[in-house]
Amino acid sequence: MNDLFNALLPQFFLGLVNGSIYALLSVGLTVIFGLLRIVNFVHGAQFMVGAFLSYLLLVYFGIGFWWSLVIAPLVVGLASAAIERTMISRLYNIDHMYGLLFTLGLTLVLEGLFRYWFGSAGRAYVVPESLSGVVNLGFMYFPRYRLFVVVASVVLCLGTWLLIERTRAGSYLRAAHENPQLLRTFGINVSLLLTATYAFGAALAAVAGTLAAPIYQVGPFMGTHIMVVVFAIVVIGGMGSVKGTIAASFLLGIAETVTKIAFPQAASMAVFVIMAALLVLRPEGLFGRQESTR
Amino acid sequence: MRNPPALDVENLHAWYGESHVLHGLSLTVGEGETVALIGRNGVGKSTLMRSIVGILPTRKGSIRVWGADAIATKPHRIAQLGLGYVPEERGIYASLTVYENLVLPLVLSDRGMSTDEIFELFPNLKERRASLGGQLSGGEQQMLAIARILYAGARLMLLDEPTEGLAPVIVQKIGEVIQILKKKGISILIAEQNLHFAGRIADRFYLINEGRVTAALDRDEFLASRERVEVSVGV
Repeated sequence: MNDLFNALLPQFFLGLVNGSIYALLSVGLTVIFGLLRIVNFVHGAQFMVGAFLSYLLLVYFGIGFWWSLVIAPLVVGLASAAIERTMISRLYNIDHMYGLLFTLGLTLVLEGLFRYWFGSAGRAYVVPESLSGVVNLGFMYFPRYRLFVVVASVVLCLGTWLLIERTRAGSYLRAAHENPQLLRTFGINVSLLLTATYAFGAALAAVAGTLAAPIYQVGPFMGTHIMVVVFAIVVIGGMGSVKGTIAASFLLGIAETVTKIAFPQAASMAVFVIMAALLVLRPEGLFGRQESTR
Repeated sequence: MRNPPALDVENLHAWYGESHVLHGLSLTVGEGETVALIGRNGVGKSTLMRSIVGILPTRKGSIRVWGADAIATKPHRIAQLGLGYVPEERGIYASLTVYENLVLPLVLSDRGMSTDEIFELFPNLKERRASLGGQLSGGEQQMLAIARILYAGARLMLLDEPTEGLAPVIVQKIGEVIQILKKKGISILIAEQNLHFAGRIADRFYLINEGRVTAALDRDEFLASRERVEVSVGV
């Protein structure tokens, strides 16, 4: 019994770390979907570009982790705002499929460019010195950097949730989700709100990329691999529900790594089995609200 | 030169997709005037209002709000001139609280009423300020929808069937509120099927049929020809 516990505990914490990255990605994805009604397939590439920017800043300019944590999201956010303004905004009034195809296409372009420039091999990003080493949690030792990732993710996700639920800017977002046309008649620039939301979601992906750089290998396809799971999480959490996606991210991160011990062959399948089961039992997701069509 | 009227619509055509709803409609609302649109369901009263605030994109002709071209200008800019709209379905956001709904509009000047003044005018809303918009009764939603554009400081209000489906006591309350708005000098365009109610509050009347103005009446003409009006609009 004690052996099993000792075997599961590290997996549990590993799951928390993966869940932290999933959460940052899925929150951005769900906020973008909730407001823009765009399935942002390029989210994984924005994550990858965030990680690459941090890597390049370090290797070519000697700019360290903490600055990268600010610069990478800023650059990705601004570039994404420009893309939303010039391209994605033209897709709102036509079939959702075009948004999906466009962002998928953009992903292929970005991944192709990064592979062309840097090759497809993964590159290592060294853990920043101030966060290296391990922490004694009392019952186990845990890498200090990974603990930082969990705390940072929880703070950012809760911050996003509070921003949406408790602030005036958040009330604009919720109103725009319900009826954007009417919101314009109250003097609110809804187009700008959509651009800002898209930039914010993309910036969160870049934060996740920077945080993930020292844990995973930095490579052109790191986004694609992780997004397959993140899309499943967003479906499980309930499309558009921030609370649901945060909870689902951590739950599934843990479910995935714990399955690695209990039933290793099924580990990479676990998330999708849960998604399939949930779609049958509760199609609106864990916390999703059934939406009336408008 | 004279100041432009609050609202000046000329030869307006509007479409929902392929369906041509307004056929060269023209009307004006002077500063401080209350003007009623009378007509059956489906003659274009709501379409006119949606065209003015810019919810309906396909418009031809001229819409001027204090002289500004409302077709060429973005909807949020037109709203910022002081145009307030209460849609027929009231447009209360179900996932926002009463208070959040109330303070949603951008306030650009000192013309807006404070929340204290509004709660004095609508004590019910104060009691329910923390409730979600979706939990309000029809009458409360209507009060909130009007309160919301008062908060914004609208000087020209478009009220689409504000009394529809409401109990007499609430209709009376809305009548009182409109009298207060008139005293404040706010210009009002109101779509109304309740002729008795319209006759009490409006200064001028337009009869609308098939997307056009068929008659423009002042107050005396309207009161003198109530029966004719009833027959012609079939309400």
